[in-house]
Amino acid sequence: MSGKPRRAAASGTRGQGEGAATGGKPRRVVVTSPRTAAAPRPRHPLTREIDEQTRLGEVYMGSLVRTQFRLALFVCSLLACVVGGLPLLFLLAPELRAAELLGLPLPWVVLAGLIYPALVGGAWLYVRQAERNERDFADLVERR
Amino acid sequence: MPAAGSADENGAPVNQIVAVVLVMLATVLIGAFGIRVSRTTSDFYVASRTVSPLWNASAIGGEYLSAASFLGVAGLILTFGADMLWLPVGWTGGYLVLLVLVSAPLRRSGAYTLPDFAEARLESMAVRRLSSVLVVLIGWLYLMPQFQSAGLVFRTITGAPPWTGSLLVAAVVATNVLSGGMRSITFVQAFQYWLKLTALAVPLVFMLMAWWSDGRPGLAPGDEWVLPLHGQEHPVYETYSLILATFLGTMGLPHVLVRFYTNPDGMAARRTTLVVLTLLGAFYLMPAVYGYLGHVYGMPESDTVVIALPGRLVGGPVGEFLTALVTAGAFAAFLSTSSGLTVSVAGVIAQDMLRGGVRAFRVATLLAVLVPFALAGVARSLPVATVVGLAFAVAASSFCPLLVLGIWWRRLTTAGAMAGLLAGGGLACTAVVVTIIGGPHGGWAGSLLAEPAAWTVPVSFTVMVVVSLLTPSRVPRGVARTMVRLHTPETLNVDRGDWRPRFM
Repeated sequence: MSGKPRRAAASGTRGQGEGAATGGKPRRVVVTSPRTAAAPRPRHPLTREIDEQTRLGEVYMGSLVRTQFRLALFVCSLLACVVGGLPLLFLLAPELRAAELLGLPLPWVVLAGLIYPALVGGAWLYVRQAERNERDFADLVERR
Repeated sequence: MPAAGSADENGAPVNQIVAVVLVMLATVLIGAFGIRVSRTTSDFYVASRTVSPLWNASAIGGEYLSAASFLGVAGLILTFGADMLWLPVGWTGGYLVLLVLVSAPLRRSGAYTLPDFAEARLESMAVRRLSSVLVVLIGWLYLMPQFQSAGLVFRTITGAPPWTGSLLVAAVVATNVLSGGMRSITFVQAFQYWLKLTALAVPLVFMLMAWWSDGRPGLAPGDEWVLPLHGQEHPVYETYSLILATFLGTMGLPHVLVRFYTNPDGMAARRTTLVVLTLLGAFYLMPAVYGYLGHVYGMPESDTVVIALPGRLVGGPVGEFLTALVTAGAFAAFLSTSSGLTVSVAGVIAQDMLRGGVRAFRVATLLAVLVPFALAGVARSLPVATVVGLAFAVAASSFCPLLVLGIWWRRLTTAGAMAGLLAGGGLACTAVVVTIIGGPHGGWAGSLLAEPAAWTVPVSFTVMVVVSLLTPSRVPRGVARTMVRLHTPETLNVDRGDWRPRFM
């Protein structure tokens, strides 16, 4: 839009200087691009749908909350299986309680060592995925 | 049991006393210096924009690692064996649960304290006041064992009666908080984390070398101490209850949430939590080794094993230096956690129970310190990590459901939140009081009261959900806007409502 007059001036009055008093009115040329015609800016950006709490806005918000909640639930379930499963394992398979790994008692190797890097690893994967979900949502909302 | 005996074995507790004095002096001086650096809450607010996740996470770690972590975990592992390994696992894993369920939305809520969050989400002053009461109770329950173990350690190094050590720590904390020092200095708390890590790691290296040159003594064959699910009356129930309390209780601690506010946005809050998890994981590798070595060398079962062990294994001037170092770390732990808790508790008392303002904050600080100090004198002396575990159980049965349902479930109502907090928090508090004052109780009743989380957490969640479903008309009116605020990334330009926390 803002480019039009300049382009018109450039094509119409080349070499004479803009708005020159000598040549009278420069010829106006309308320059359009099929792309701008095909993709007009929406009158209602999605953020406004969210702000005004329309049905559409609610659907988008609901989908974000659900995606993040599913991810959180997945991590928590995984954690519950590991953390809840270990005492159960020791209860059901008592020989594991006395097993040894590298000369150290197995429960100690797991509970006082290996479980910490596992927690950090799980947290790292979660942060990556949660940030990706948010980027996707931002792209979706701001795309149009 | 004063038999931990580092005083008589080293012969010269002077080093330790010097170390304690140095830590206290440093704390007071840094606090006094801090008054000039940051005078208002808005300084804190502005400073927050420049704090990186590593510093922020170190500060959270510094405030979080209390006497229970520094001394108590090793003591409990030495006393009860492998089942107590779950305690540090839960205290670390609690941050994973906090990360996935609450960290980013909580930062985005803009809440500065837990009552703030309750007010922002449920738009109800009644829920806010109830949350304040719970914050104060949890804070006192957490502070009491800090003072108790300060007394215990002080007695071990000087032979003075326990209340002198408690009084010393309480006085330094109160002075510090009243002067406004510890309040907003992220860097001081961050430094405390690294001090505690060093104070535990350096002696450990020397002790492991001593253990190696002793021919790596191990456990006697058939020693039951090393086995999990052993040593308690109902080990399976108690293990699961401990896991539930620690994993879900972390998010409800009053002094943790304040630090999340220093993150610039929700994404940074997540990254900070990830770093916290790493730092805590590194720290908690060590208490188990202390407990193990303590058992191998036949140390007496006590919270002071961490203090006594370096002198026992290393000996000589190096041993004395290491003992002084762990003692300094222990006092750093007492002071940093107690200061953080006192600030949080006093803030809530001043704002929600008194009328606010500087004078109210001063009165509130004295209340926040004096009540747990008095309790420390009269209550039954339980291991420090056990009592802190009870504070986690109360937090897990009150604030965990409030936060999780508040963030993820639109249909939570004011009535539901009230009922759930009253039921879960009330039951857990009752169990705690009965355990601390009346105990020890035997049999199933004793186990249910000593580790209440396994039944109080489900009760709290159920009550909150059922009452919410029964009172659909009490859903807060602004819930849709609050959900936008809690969940949309800050990069999006959307209307997030105009709620702001009230600063004092």
